[in-house]
Amino acid sequence: MAERSFTQEADKLRLGAGETFRGEAILAVAKALLQSGIAYVGGYQGAPVSHLMDVLADAEPVLDELGVHFEASASEATAGAMLAASVNYPLRGAVTWKSTVGTNVASDALANVASGGVTGGALVIVGEDYGEGSSIMQERTHAFAMKSQMWLLDPRPNLTAIVHMVEKGFELSEASHTPVMLELRIRACHVYGRFEARDNRRPPLGLAQAMANPVRDTGRIVLPPANFAHEHEKIAERLPAAVAFIKRHRLNEFLGGAVGPCGIVVQGGLYNTLIRALELLGRSDAFGNTDLPIYVLNVAYPLIDDEIVGFCADKSSVLLLEEGQPNYIEQAFNHILRRRGLGTRVVGKDLLPMAGEYTGAVVRDALARYLAQDAGHSAEQAEGQGADTGTEKSAGQGTDKAAPVAPGHNAAGLDPSVADSLAATVPARPAGFCTGCPERPVFSAMKLLEAEMGPFHISCDIGCHLFSILPPFNLGNTTMGYGLGWAGASAFNVPADRRTISVMGDGGFWHNGLASGVGNAVFNRNDNVLVIIDNSYSAATGGQDLLSSRGDNPRRSTRHTIQDALKGVGVDWVRTVDTYKVSTVKATLREALTTRHKGPKVIVAENECMLTKQRREKPLVKQRLAAGERVVRERFGVDADTCTGDHSCIRLSGCPSLTVKPNPDPLRDSPVAHVTDDCVACGLCGEVAHAARLCPSFYRADVIQNPGPWDRRLARWRGRVIGFLQARADKARARVAF
Amino acid sequence: MTDRRTSTPTDAAATVAGDGDVPLRAFSIAIAALGGQGGGVLAGWIVETAEAAGYIAQATSVPGVAQRTGATIYCVEIFPQAAAERAGAEPVLSLMPVPGDVDVVLAAEWMEAGRAIARGFVTPDRTTLVASTHRDYAISEKSALADGIADADAVQRAAAVQARHLVAFDMQALAGAEGGVISAALFGALAGSGALAIPVAEFEETIRRGGRAVATNLAVFRAAHDRAVRGADPAAASLASPPPSPPGHRRPSVSAGLGRARTPKAQRLLDRVAESFPTATHATVVEGVKRAVDYQDPRYAHAYLDRLAPVLAAERAASTGARGGAGGDRTYPLTRTVARHLALWMTYEDTIRVADLKTRAARFERTAAEVQAGADDIVYVTEFMHPRVEELADTLPAPLGRWVWATPWVRGVLGRLVARGRHIHTAKLRGFLPLYALARLRWMRRWTLRYQRETAEIRAWLVAITQVAGNDTALAEEIARCQTLVRGYGDTHARGMARFATLMAAARQVQGRCDAATTLAALRQAALEDEAGQALDTALSAQGLATAEPRTPAAKPVKPAEAAE
Repeated sequence: MAERSFTQEADKLRLGAGETFRGEAILAVAKALLQSGIAYVGGYQGAPVSHLMDVLADAEPVLDELGVHFEASASEATAGAMLAASVNYPLRGAVTWKSTVGTNVASDALANVASGGVTGGALVIVGEDYGEGSSIMQERTHAFAMKSQMWLLDPRPNLTAIVHMVEKGFELSEASHTPVMLELRIRACHVYGRFEARDNRRPPLGLAQAMANPVRDTGRIVLPPANFAHEHEKIAERLPAAVAFIKRHRLNEFLGGAVGPCGIVVQGGLYNTLIRALELLGRSDAFGNTDLPIYVLNVAYPLIDDEIVGFCADKSSVLLLEEGQPNYIEQAFNHILRRRGLGTRVVGKDLLPMAGEYTGAVVRDALARYLAQDAGHSAEQAEGQGADTGTEKSAGQGTDKAAPVAPGHNAAGLDPSVADSLAATVPARPAGFCTGCPERPVFSAMKLLEAEMGPFHISCDIGCHLFSILPPFNLGNTTMGYGLGWAGASAFNVPADRRTISVMGDGGFWHNGLASGVGNAVFNRNDNVLVIIDNSYSAATGGQDLLSSRGDNPRRSTRHTIQDALKGVGVDWVRTVDTYKVSTVKATLREALTTRHKGPKVIVAENECMLTKQRREKPLVKQRLAAGERVVRERFGVDADTCTGDHSCIRLSGCPSLTVKPNPDPLRDSPVAHVTDDCVACGLCGEVAHAARLCPSFYRADVIQNPGPWDRRLARWRGRVIGFLQARADKARARVAF
Repeated sequence: MTDRRTSTPTDAAATVAGDGDVPLRAFSIAIAALGGQGGGVLAGWIVETAEAAGYIAQATSVPGVAQRTGATIYCVEIFPQAAAERAGAEPVLSLMPVPGDVDVVLAAEWMEAGRAIARGFVTPDRTTLVASTHRDYAISEKSALADGIADADAVQRAAAVQARHLVAFDMQALAGAEGGVISAALFGALAGSGALAIPVAEFEETIRRGGRAVATNLAVFRAAHDRAVRGADPAAASLASPPPSPPGHRRPSVSAGLGRARTPKAQRLLDRVAESFPTATHATVVEGVKRAVDYQDPRYAHAYLDRLAPVLAAERAASTGARGGAGGDRTYPLTRTVARHLALWMTYEDTIRVADLKTRAARFERTAAEVQAGADDIVYVTEFMHPRVEELADTLPAPLGRWVWATPWVRGVLGRLVARGRHIHTAKLRGFLPLYALARLRWMRRWTLRYQRETAEIRAWLVAITQVAGNDTALAEEIARCQTLVRGYGDTHARGMARFATLMAAARQVQGRCDAATTLAALRQAALEDEAGQALDTALSAQGLATAEPRTPAAKPVKPAEAAE
């Protein structure tokens, strides 16, 4: 069960010609795929393309009607290899994943599908997770496109342009027999907008028909001598075909003014940021009408030499906005211009930051500098050469507006004293485990164990559990990739006094950890410890089902246990623990770290993702309450009376619902711990209080709602005795009251 | 609410509509929220409202990891449809807020308002800042060893300077009072701020179309809307609540007159305080006296005053000496500080105290309120208690307790008894009766091992204070403040006690230095920096002082069985 239901959105996939689609861009991509007549689609979830996978999963009835096959692939490598269906058959297909991490995983398959080339259009939709809010933001998909020679589309971030580029992407792929990548930055994936829909198309050829009529072409198989020929074919045939298609269909755009000594070249995805920056500098209106010539690279690779030369020929300089490093496009521009003997200066990362996100402020400030210096300089040159006066005017305008920063203020326009005071005040908000998360107790136990036994080398994986490296746990030494938690510690396989601990989630385990981590450890007789955190879902990517999910999924085969898989590859020492039992987890960890048993030791720590559990159970409880049924609601609390404000409990938990509040005691000044109404009564607070022998302040309250007659009777009896004794004590206190 | 309103809805309309000389541009809204606060829902509502009112709307966000308790920004831009049609073109809207180019910032938490200001999204020429003043503490604030809460006033000061129009009140509390969510309150405050030239009815219609929790959302919306409108009216400024101030820094409120007590024993104590202690110290001393009575009995409160009296005398002597009879510091800072810390120390949390607090009727009522139990609900409370042999021995009469400490086999037997944590059901007889009985052991507290140990420590501490008070009152005060490290239970208490001892040793070493007080204050701050005590170690060695505490265990062999093979 995914984090969000897209059933409503799935209906939008049925829109026909003339209707307006309103929604998130990544869902518009799903619609564009159906409009393009795909026969199959697959992928691996991950921000920012999880919603594409989730909507397709919820839209399987729509896909069935159209005869489109959708698969939740085991990994990006699986998804990449899925494109093989387009090699021999005129089947259009698309796959999606988070990039560049997913592209790394898929590279083997991509290299092969790109080598042999495709018959049917093959599109890879990558969520370019670069910039604020991204988890893994290093590297560029651009490098993969170049190395495998796949074309890379980077459309302007509005729904109409994105949908258009998906459709053109398939045509380009078919025209050039080359798989095509479409990259969408994280904000573009999630942008809400609209576009005019077209009718969905049934794939002209179905998968079943292809299976019934197999086609074999040794020329397309990646094996010598064919692959030697592929290398030549890529340059001699596929590249020219792509260039011709891109030019003919004007996939790149020439916008803005037509003449002038300077111009701007921009990756399509950065276009809106550029226009806003120009607007702020007074050089564009809200519709993007500007006197500055702009060349929009909706196709980031390959570059079209003729277009570049045509754009640059009459300019003394161009500003190139290229996000990410290395600056492949800038290098190529210089190469192309020099080869054609043009002296146009390419201003790029000498003016803009080499690395990092090109935010509105970064682009605005760079533009201001470019327009003030370079354009001013160009204007002088142009004047010297007797160019028209309009140029001078525009350059002058640029200079006037080029000082976005008022004197005495920093770049953000803030008074320096205000800025300093805020910088010292506003706390960081590192990501952390959700309220009641079943993974948290595992790290509470690990931290308690380290307090006793000293620090261990801990090799982390990708998933929610990676938050262990952040406060308050601060546990973990490296993370090497999804499913690679144990592989990341494989070198430490020598006789030693201390074992290492590796962590893996159920998602990473099935993604590749079973082979790369567990199989490797068994084969190499590893003597270390692996903790697999099994919360029943691929939780970090949005709660998608996995092989080992315990719920029913009518369309997938679930309930294949991790324990069976472990035994299957030869792990003898396997323990299963309930994550919330901190003392048990700690004891089991200690056992694994100290046992005389030689060989891999795996602890499977199980409990369901609390987000998913709450989504399922809350409505049921509401129903039962409404029906007047007896419901016991559990909640934790802290007695402010006995809390001394040391916050050890928080350092061992970090639960969002365990927070602090002002101390009601007038003599104390440390805030006391406090449990908010968000508490889901996972029980960790009490477990930690016990396991760490912390303090007696935590309590659990069982609130019996709609109590039955027996409940009431019992409560009355208890209340009478307790009330009598309490009254006695109160009376004694009253004798000395103030 | 603070209001620096300089705009009217009509101004905003002109901006959006592009009338007059104002260039036609998009209206930019940034929503600063924490994961789980419904920022996405709010962005969706704004988009829908704007579309219904004839605008083109775009919204985007950065979900993903930021959603898991992190801070995130949603960006909404709207543009008049009619203007786009006139121009025959689609506006190019931004996917992220640009500093200096934001018309409205909606902050769902007070520090997030501060972050938005720090990022330059709030500028005096344009930005309406609609922010909830409630706090959702960050992990660094919550996990501090003492008070790590960020200064809310810094944000207030920045907002007052940076926002063109500020709408700030506790929207979380407002929403909570109606049983709703903060996103509805922000939506209402946005409508009430007048920043958007869209009729309130359109906002309400959006909530209705949503179809989920409509009544609640509308109630929250209207309350927040009215609150925002009221704040915008200068005549209503007197109704405005004071700006948020940092919690946790309140002092005893009793300041004028000691009043009459209800019982003679209490009155005798008040009289003694009135006679023997200067007025400036009354509030704190009375609070200490009440606490001592509540903890033990009136005799214990007299003992408290007996212990405090020499400190007052020392302070008087010091100020007379220093100022040549000019009267000295009439606020008696040393006496007040010691009064506070002595009261806290003398009411240390032993098993008897915990049992007493846990079984009181008032506590039962408090927990029922805290867990929001309905009138007909039945509440059963379970305590998580894990006493160690140490706590058992501490509760015994001193000789017996010492014997237990010193006798390994007894410790072994008791150790097995307390090997596991106990769940005590305080609202059921099996749990209540033993706790109640333990609480009644108060009569023998003065003979317990713990009492004797604490009393000895307190004496030594008071001696140290009075000794230096004559020469260096400031240092004496800092020594008194070191008591703040002595708190908690079990290992936490042991750690605090050890660190306290380190500071006392340091105090002896720095005594006589002209910067003794500031040095000790800095060391105390360092001692509260981290659990492992690294900051304190660093600070001590920087001062050339000795460290005394044992550190967290270093990595050591943990496979003895195999190492022996």
